[in-house]
Amino acid sequence: MKRALQILALVVALGVPAVWLATGANRGWTKTSVPVKTLDEVTGIEGISYQKKFLPGVDFLGAGFGGAALLAGASLFFRKIKINNH
Amino acid sequence: MKLTHIIPLVSLATAAYAAPQSFDFKDPKSVNNAVFKLDAPLESINGSASGISGTVSFDPENPAATTGKIIVAAESLTVPNPMQKEHLHSANWLDVAKYPEITFETKSLANVKTDGNVATADVTGIFSLHGVAKEITVPVKFTYLKDKLGSRVPNLKGDLLVIRANFVINREDFNINKGQYEDKVSTTIDLSLSIAGAAIAK
Repeated sequence: MKRALQILALVVALGVPAVWLATGANRGWTKTSVPVKTLDEVTGIEGISYQKKFLPGVDFLGAGFGGAALLAGASLFFRKIKINNH
Repeated sequence: MKLTHIIPLVSLATAAYAAPQSFDFKDPKSVNNAVFKLDAPLESINGSASGISGTVSFDPENPAATTGKIIVAAESLTVPNPMQKEHLHSANWLDVAKYPEITFETKSLANVKTDGNVATADVTGIFSLHGVAKEITVPVKFTYLKDKLGSRVPNLKGDLLVIRANFVINREDFNINKGQYEDKVSTTIDLSLSIAGAAIAK
């Protein structure tokens, strides 16, 4: 159990920044939609519509690292199983 | 035809030509928008509203006589972060359930300048937000597009009126968290309105 939690903590600690980097390293807050501008050629107005897209931000990074720290911390409550050959 | 008969007809035709047109700003193409921006420490809060309606009476021969009211549905205010949107709509901020409309109603125009189909003016009117009505003056650009409605909405004939305005308001003037969260969200709000209205030919 201890080893499993430690591995999970490592996966989260590496995976979260990897996802953050892969999606554009947004240094703002997490967004679940992004504005898309379309030009109305008759009026010259740029219309704004929102497209659903998950864009993780620094809060996502913080939550990920926090989660990894919790998992690593939880692993300390489990003892290593000692195999006694005698 | 006697001259006495012609004069009233000419007067009537001139009056009809010069009469102001009523432009409806409920946009079937959903392009009309109001953009807002508030500075905040991590990143500015940028959003927009699309629920725009209202009518403006505009005479291309006499832009100074423009009157009208533009309404923005507060519920249509959107930001890309769902938590920020929830806060924005909540009773703590805009309280959209209690104050469903943000409106601007014209009172007078000053410094009207016309250049071809474009007119600019300082429009004074009543801006209502969060249950508070306040008189403000906004620089506005009107672009009159004669017979262009058909290019935008097939099978319809008429004119278009494009209105653009950029201005700044202070949220504290409208009792939005007055004296609070000043370190988290700026008190000034940049607003940018880009809307087109249609006057269908009769």
